[in-house]
Amino acid sequence: MTRKKRRLMVLLLAGLGLGTATALTLTAFQDNIVFFFSPSDVLANPPASDRAIRLGGLVEAGSVERRTGSDGRPAATFRVTDGANAIPVTYSGVLPDLFREGQGVVTLGRLLPDGSFRATEVLARHDETYMPPEVADALRRAGHWNPAEGPPPPAETWNTAPRQREGRSGG
Amino acid sequence: MDGRLTAGTGASPAPRAAAGRSLHRFANPGRFLRATGRLLPVLWAAALLVLGTGLVWGLALSPPDWQQGETVRIMYVHVPMAWLAMGGYTGLAVLSVMALIWRHPLADLTARELSPVGAAATALCLATGSLWGKPMWGTWWVWDARLTSVLVLFFLWLGHAALVRAFDDPERGAKAGAILALVGFVNVPIVKFSVDWWNTLHQPASVTRLDTPGMHVDILYPLLTCALGFTLLFAAVVLARTRAAVMERRVRALQLARARREDAPA
Repeated sequence: MTRKKRRLMVLLLAGLGLGTATALTLTAFQDNIVFFFSPSDVLANPPASDRAIRLGGLVEAGSVERRTGSDGRPAATFRVTDGANAIPVTYSGVLPDLFREGQGVVTLGRLLPDGSFRATEVLARHDETYMPPEVADALRRAGHWNPAEGPPPPAETWNTAPRQREGRSGG
Repeated sequence: MDGRLTAGTGASPAPRAAAGRSLHRFANPGRFLRATGRLLPVLWAAALLVLGTGLVWGLALSPPDWQQGETVRIMYVHVPMAWLAMGGYTGLAVLSVMALIWRHPLADLTARELSPVGAAATALCLATGSLWGKPMWGTWWVWDARLTSVLVLFFLWLGHAALVRAFDDPERGAKAGAILALVGFVNVPIVKFSVDWWNTLHQPASVTRLDTPGMHVDILYPLLTCALGFTLLFAAVVLARTRAAVMERRVRALQLARARREDAPA
């Protein structure tokens, strides 16, 4: 075995060991690496009411009620769903611009004994699709997509669609 | 350097020897300087042309996003920087393997000149991401798996840049840096797949999805043009730095030789 071959073997073995160790560590800390829990996770393992957790999911269609709180600040109630389960959330404060029905959100707060969630922070979580407004409008007009219901249809149905110019004033 | 050029090719089996020879062709600093001296102006010109086209296309001519509006244009800098941060680090790992196994002298030198540029790309990725996160997500920073692993990548770049310069003997510094770069490489798949393995605030990949890209072509094409332009610019900067380092080393060798000559008669 030449010295070069030996160095290659040592590197490969070290890489294999390091990779295995990292994989085992990440698997062991799986629960601590997740940024938020889904409504199903929270219902399956309810956290203590004095422990702040992050609850994430989609804002359920038709569940958003905005009002002005007793302290004059804006407040909102909505339901966060992962499709299988939903948890009602109350929040007092300014919601992010991207907040809407059907949008992903991550809320930080506590689960109250009555099963509702009081959030102290709401972050918007957008999906990985990007499309011009004209294309989104065309999908909505054609009835292919209602953003409040969830993510857009498969990308190949719209990602090469022409942008209609008549909808925009200056083009 | 020239001694090493011929030393390695003796005992290994034929195909490896051929690969070794072609790799080591550019270990000759004169040949490297001549070849890259011709290549570099072309690289600069291509980088400026492609990047100029991509930036005008992306920042001015491409459509806004239906929900993110004009803010989506940060992507034309953020995404290329993220790709360069990870792709550049993969390059650093390849150079480190070449340096550790084949003792290629230019691999050490290129790695040394690569890491500050990679650190700058990663810093730009983090900064633009933060500027994008505030209006869209509602926060400058969260400790989710994607953001945290990219921050670790930034520290790895900085650590490599500092470590290779921390030794009086440059060869020992290069070796320590190569080992650090290879140990740190476990972080690259973590950055890439963090958004798939764990739930994060950061959204999953759009362009490199298994199915079709989740991006309209009017946004995708300027993004790919910007990515190519920034990659050419990155390559040109690293190559220019490596050429300067080779020339610096030559100047030092000549100065040493002269000092020895002047000392000799005394």
